[in-house]
Amino acid sequence: MVQANNSQIFGAFLETVPASEEYLTLNFSPSSAPRKRRWSNYGLSADFLGDYFAAFFPGDTLPNSQINRRNTVKASVSYIANELIENAVKYSDEALSLPISITLFLYELEIIFQITNYSNLETGADYQTFVQTILNSEPSEFYMQQLEKTATGSGGSSMGLLTMINDYSAQFGWRFQTSHHHPDVVQVTVMAHLEV
Amino acid sequence: MDIKPVEIKTDDYSVWYEPESSTAFFQGFLRLDGMVEYQPIMDLLLSAVEQSSRFNVNLKELEFLNSSGISMLSMFVVRVRDRGNTQLVLQGSEKVLWQTKSLKNLQRLMPSLTLEFSS
Repeated sequence: MVQANNSQIFGAFLETVPASEEYLTLNFSPSSAPRKRRWSNYGLSADFLGDYFAAFFPGDTLPNSQINRRNTVKASVSYIANELIENAVKYSDEALSLPISITLFLYELEIIFQITNYSNLETGADYQTFVQTILNSEPSEFYMQQLEKTATGSGGSSMGLLTMINDYSAQFGWRFQTSHHHPDVVQVTVMAHLEV
Repeated sequence: MDIKPVEIKTDDYSVWYEPESSTAFFQGFLRLDGMVEYQPIMDLLLSAVEQSSRFNVNLKELEFLNSSGISMLSMFVVRVRDRGNTQLVLQGSEKVLWQTKSLKNLQRLMPSLTLEFSS
């Protein structure tokens, strides 16, 4: 029997990423350990991804920067991977006991990040609404609006995505997918393109 | 009397306040889980800023700050902005990427904020 899927795609999402010679995947098992105990492992993993991919780049200088190419890749990858993992953990429904998976693909001109987590329907729907709001806004204006909201304590946290888009010029795509097998679960896949 | 700590120190990061120079120093890697976890640092900053009309936040040795930390800094900036009587200076480094990317946005929240970058 063919599994019927319902999938909704937004932004710069590629169903099939181009073949890449260099890629690396980390899977985080669902865990019963308290989030507080697991949290620092996510940061370590993001730093590892930064170090791993930076090693493919030379340490030449970049225009208008005191940080060389290798260290720029290292810090950007580490920031973006950390924010993507933090979001995936926050939006995962722990009761589902499903893993989070992140893959980075290296190309000549960009690194593609792809991260998957499983959310409950309500969280998935809220996230989808927020994605549509982002896509219909002017990035820098929306960023300042949200920062002011966050700073005055009247907004939720959404600064992770907005800093990646606004400060690191990452291009984002999203896929929200449900299957008849698991009607209460949304598979959320986020894709980020970082120019290198 | 309610005595607030002037130093928070862990394996990953340190935050402390030096009254002589009216400066709060940040060092290391800060990626706490959401705003709630940042509250002790926020409390340290708010209690320190009470004591001075010019207040420096030295971030030069803070190698990593996650977006929740950036949100915490933005909250602090707005609190100082709304008090209206403190000259706030953020000291950053041209050698730390997140600072070159994200600190300028805090200035947009408070135009009188001074950003000092050193190499």
